[in-house]
Amino acid sequence: MTSLSSASVSPPKVAWWKRLPVVHQLRQSVGLQRGMLIAGLIIVGVFLLVAAFAPWLAPYGYSQLKDADGNFGAQQPPGGDHILGTTVGGYDVLSRVIWGAQTALLVIVVAVVLSIFLGIALGVISGYIGGWLDRVLVVIADAVYAFPSLLLAIVAAIIISGGQSNLWSGIFSAAVSITVVFIPQYFRVIRAETVRIKSEAYVESAKVVGTSSVRIMSRHVLRNATRSLPLIFTLNASEAIFTLAALGFLGFGIEPTSAAEWGYDLNKSLSDVTSGIWWTSVFPGSAIVLVVLGMTLVGESLNDLADPRLRTRKRASGTPAPAAETTVVPGGSIESAADIAHLEGRP
Amino acid sequence: MTTTAPAAASASDAPHTPPSAGGASSSSKGKKAPNALGRYIIVRFLLIIPTVFILVSMVFLLMRVIGDPITAALGGRLTADQLAERIHQAGYDRPVFVQYFEYLGQVFTGNFGNSITDGRPIVEILATYGPATFELAFYALTVALVVGIPLGMLAAYFRDRWPDAFLRIIAILWYATPVFFAGLLLKLVFSVWLGWLPVAGRASTRVELNLSSMENGTGIYLLDAIRIGNSAAVVDVLQHAVLPGIALGLLTAGVFLRLVRTNVIGTLSMDYIDAARSRGVSEFRLVRHHAFKPALIPIITVIGLQIAVLLGGAVLTETTFEWKGLGFQLTQYLTARDFVAVQGIVALLAVIVALTNFVVDIIAALIDPRVRY
Repeated sequence: MTSLSSASVSPPKVAWWKRLPVVHQLRQSVGLQRGMLIAGLIIVGVFLLVAAFAPWLAPYGYSQLKDADGNFGAQQPPGGDHILGTTVGGYDVLSRVIWGAQTALLVIVVAVVLSIFLGIALGVISGYIGGWLDRVLVVIADAVYAFPSLLLAIVAAIIISGGQSNLWSGIFSAAVSITVVFIPQYFRVIRAETVRIKSEAYVESAKVVGTSSVRIMSRHVLRNATRSLPLIFTLNASEAIFTLAALGFLGFGIEPTSAAEWGYDLNKSLSDVTSGIWWTSVFPGSAIVLVVLGMTLVGESLNDLADPRLRTRKRASGTPAPAAETTVVPGGSIESAADIAHLEGRP
Repeated sequence: MTTTAPAAASASDAPHTPPSAGGASSSSKGKKAPNALGRYIIVRFLLIIPTVFILVSMVFLLMRVIGDPITAALGGRLTADQLAERIHQAGYDRPVFVQYFEYLGQVFTGNFGNSITDGRPIVEILATYGPATFELAFYALTVALVVGIPLGMLAAYFRDRWPDAFLRIIAILWYATPVFFAGLLLKLVFSVWLGWLPVAGRASTRVELNLSSMENGTGIYLLDAIRIGNSAAVVDVLQHAVLPGIALGLLTAGVFLRLVRTNVIGTLSMDYIDAARSRGVSEFRLVRHHAFKPALIPIITVIGLQIAVLLGGAVLTETTFEWKGLGFQLTQYLTARDFVAVQGIVALLAVIVALTNFVVDIIAALIDPRVRY
């Protein structure tokens, strides 16, 4: 994204850092959309910091049951040594919430990286080469896509870990289960883009010059087909958290002695709720909500900014805002939505 | 085969513009319009077969990768000899592809085998617990549509003003809350703290006994209670349905809210809306009548996609509320490591999803002729 060749940049030169994906959208946004984007970025930032510095932030270890004063005790109400209380298993709630951020981040990173690589590679190849390979892959991807993703993740989790696991195999099996669900989504988006780009004039000219298929796919098609990825990334990162938590909630997650995982804690708190013990469920659950909220706010704002019909524009007509590279409208700012429909030639 | 592509593309991301390829081909077949729909239905129906086939094969092969189901379920409890005997009896020591073709043949005749832990036929399990899941999904879909569509239109009407901002944040919050956490919170507030609604289950013990012992009952408690004509039972069943229905329904309501908002705003920028506006049609009427109907088609398509989400969510909601349906049962079998039962339930859910998607696509084609190809 950042390494656009200088030829493709329009004359008013913009500093390189202002063209970075998120920075660019931040500068482009106004009003409510800007507020949502900033709020989302702050929440995601805090999540990343907590995940990175968990060992220093958490008062106790994630599987610690006692300290110098003896056992923590089960289901202690918030206050005193344990600000957020202790769980039914005798763990410190605050520590498990903080350590849980680290587990969640690891799973997101592994899952999204794996599915982006596999999904994009399959999508570009399938869309560009076409023929029977394309048809088979599309039918399979559609079948998998129509499948309830949680059930698919459960099946994957059973296969990979047989149901129970330590830290790395747990993280890896959760991540792969999520990847299986995501590949068809990336595949479909990238394939559709590839099929469209394939018939563009610049791909034709590259073929005429005698460029190899691999080079066309990697340089011409891939670069242009991946514009919508930051958006899918944020949406899938939040889905990764859901899937991880859901697997944990159903008892197919990571063992409490290997890592802290919010879904597992919620599962164990199920019986607490009936007896009015709220702190074991409310805090890990809120952690999930906050992280997903942050990522969704960022994703939603990026989506709206990329869609010219939904983007709120600066009202001031003094300096026209630079158009997004994702915009279909050539140049400057346009005030009314009707103008855009006209420019795009859409019905 | 290629016909899946445009349908897939139009279903995936809230289609603002109908696929142009579909429009072009349907206009070329425009002369024989009555046949076109019939042909579309047949082609679309035939497409279910490869989908279901792929899903059933995938589940079977994946589940067999980890070894035979008998060792998984009874591994620690029997001696090696007893295990080998049981495995031989069930035929799990034969080559995988022999088992695979046998399984396909059984599935074709509607036989999914018996569960390992309690020896019940999978078909019987599905018939017993399926209606409960269907009932829950129905409540949830009702909540989602009743809440999501009007709020989405409201958000579009107040576009970029504070009610819109408020509604969008609500929708994102609904989306960001996992169903099981939403369920826990609802339980905590309305059942434990306020004591207004029951904590768990599908009905009180007495009503449940009454309903489950009923002759030729549907298994859908609300219907059965109405058929008995016992108003206290109807109230009891509905009271138990409120919290699970809301927990699962709000998840989807947020999706509908955002979808309706985006699509109504999208259609509001079209020429015919400008024309109507210049004729002096009120802004509210524009949203309610002119822009809403075209926005309905993506909603119908998304309902189809949401069925998969609802069934996945039902597994979690049922576990949270001890709602004895397929999802609750699935969790029980998962914990018992009874993978034959898991395989049967998962395969059935896959077939249901494929069938609902078919019905939804047909409805979308009936409403909008451009969808056909």
